[in-house]
Amino acid sequence: MTTREAFERAAAEGRAALIPYVMAGYPDAAGALELVRRVLPFADVLEIGLPYSDPLGDGPVIQRASERALRQGTRLKDVLEFVRQVRALTDKPLFVMTYINPVIATGPERFFEAFRNAGATGLILPDLPPDEDPALVAKAHAAGLETTFLLAPTSTDARIGVVAPFCTGFVYTVSVTGVTGARDRLPEGLPELVQRIKQHTGVPVAIGFGISSRSTAAQAARAADGAVIASALIRAHEEGRPIEPVLEEVRLGLFRQVSA
Amino acid sequence: MQLPSYPLPDPRGRYGDFGGRYVPETLIPALEELTAAYLHFKHDPDFLEEYEYYLREYVGRPTPLYFAENLTRHLGGARIYLKREDLNHTGAHKINNTLGQALIAKRMGKKRVIAETGAGQHGVSVATVAALMGLECVVYQGAEDVRRQALNVFRMRLLGAEVRAVESGTKTLKDATNEAIRDWVTHVRESFYIIGSVVGPHPYPAMARDFQSIVGEEIKQQLLAKEGRATPDAVIACVGGGSNAIGVFAPFAYQEDRPRLIGVEAAGHGLTSGMHALSIGAGRKGVLHGAMMYLLYDEDGQIQPAHSVSAGLDYPGVGPEHSYYAEQGIAEYVGITDDEALEGFKLLSRLEGILPALESAHAIAYAAKLAPEMDPEQLIVINLSGRGDKDVVEVMRILEERRGSRLEGQVPQEVA
Repeated sequence: MTTREAFERAAAEGRAALIPYVMAGYPDAAGALELVRRVLPFADVLEIGLPYSDPLGDGPVIQRASERALRQGTRLKDVLEFVRQVRALTDKPLFVMTYINPVIATGPERFFEAFRNAGATGLILPDLPPDEDPALVAKAHAAGLETTFLLAPTSTDARIGVVAPFCTGFVYTVSVTGVTGARDRLPEGLPELVQRIKQHTGVPVAIGFGISSRSTAAQAARAADGAVIASALIRAHEEGRPIEPVLEEVRLGLFRQVSA
Repeated sequence: MQLPSYPLPDPRGRYGDFGGRYVPETLIPALEELTAAYLHFKHDPDFLEEYEYYLREYVGRPTPLYFAENLTRHLGGARIYLKREDLNHTGAHKINNTLGQALIAKRMGKKRVIAETGAGQHGVSVATVAALMGLECVVYQGAEDVRRQALNVFRMRLLGAEVRAVESGTKTLKDATNEAIRDWVTHVRESFYIIGSVVGPHPYPAMARDFQSIVGEEIKQQLLAKEGRATPDAVIACVGGGSNAIGVFAPFAYQEDRPRLIGVEAAGHGLTSGMHALSIGAGRKGVLHGAMMYLLYDEDGQIQPAHSVSAGLDYPGVGPEHSYYAEQGIAEYVGITDDEALEGFKLLSRLEGILPALESAHAIAYAAKLAPEMDPEQLIVINLSGRGDKDVVEVMRILEERRGSRLEGQVPQEVA
């Protein structure tokens, strides 16, 4: 299933697409796969986090998950194996979220080819403004991967004009100025931000950071084509709560007729 | 006064491949705004007058270029001068940069400054200028460093800063920097991030370099007055992130009769031990804290913790301009181990009555190797970047520990 089809299928059901996040190696290799099995029924697109030593765009929940995954000995080859295993479970789009240093360390061509062969659909690169290295982005496309970059409430029209054309999967719109993490409510002005972005691109626009509940999901659905849920899921797991009710709440919030 | 204009970075903030802006998109507009503001104030006579005023009246510049006669005689080679940055207010070169950045913050209308700190020297420096300017100040420090550097934590609090202990990762400078960046992403509209070294996304490495260049510019004038020539044969400085070194390298790096520029990295327990901070000596190109630089990381790209006896050098990366100098052979970079640095610390204390910071002691230790190989008419300038008062407890602990293990039961004859 292509990324566009995944978003369109959700839209046809009258809702924004749901993009849950699972980190490779969290809580451990088998546990991560188990989490994937549980989130897949709710997912239109799946985001897979690559654990990293210095996740400076992430809040405390994903930092802790990253540290735990690395402490378990999760290596790049394990993340690739994880993507292969997830691909065997689903034909839904899989986006791997990685900071840029692992890409540089591996060599961009090798990294991209390995993840494409493992079954990844695309990449989310949170600390690479795409105009910093357009050649690297072109290599990802040449390897057959879609690319997703971040835009934010601080993004000027000029920045949106620069970044949006590099987004071939979807645009990841950060709901707040800040790092990842659940919030009680999202800021005003998201619909205007998404509209500004849509003037520069035809790919779907998803909102991430802070989505944790029916109401925050509804806010995202009013503004955009999809919503990412990450920290709220990991926190539920950390606290020993089942993740399904969290996903169900968010999914209900994403129905446009319900939230209207 | 004027701030210098160097040929690098290019308009995109690059020094060859190095530098750039590898940060979350949220920060890009703020970096664009800061770049524009910096380029404006850099040429604004009113700003420059205020900066110069505080450097002179508050920091105590110019600092002396002191002829280390005893050290020179002891080593028996090149004539050695010490640039006394240890005599600045707050005890190190750091304030040249923090003062400049705080003045920009104030003129940009920011009410709140944030900073990262390792041992606490940069944190103290930022807390100091924040107190002076009436700015709210939050300093992030790794929990491990908070514990080891209780005195500096207390200093910062006395100065009115809020010190936040960072519990993530290795609980040291690298993680404190991550946390400061997270704070900045969250409060980007009202906060100014004062980075402590020539690292971070553009324009930080250039801005910190320009403010630190006063050190090298003073050296030129002072050396001309004392020795009849503005350019020495060698300039030696320790390198962690590299701000004190860039301050004495950049003013010479782009001239034709360039002296040997020698950056001394912390070799910790030695290259093969894996416990070192040899970002140039053992690192590869990578991205940390917003810039491409030489960096210590494993085959997967996970950042490796650095090690040095000196907290100020305990950083796995090195500024992009140093990375460029190293790649292009403009400067040379060498390593000094913990043990050698301790010898340098003792040497300068004994011979000149000057306790160097453990960071600066790395430069002293390398000069002690180099000077005897040079001729008496040749000149070495060492940037004595900071004073060692902050390190005496740590040095005492290490020396006593060693005596305990090596001279069991004996009364030690040697006192540090």
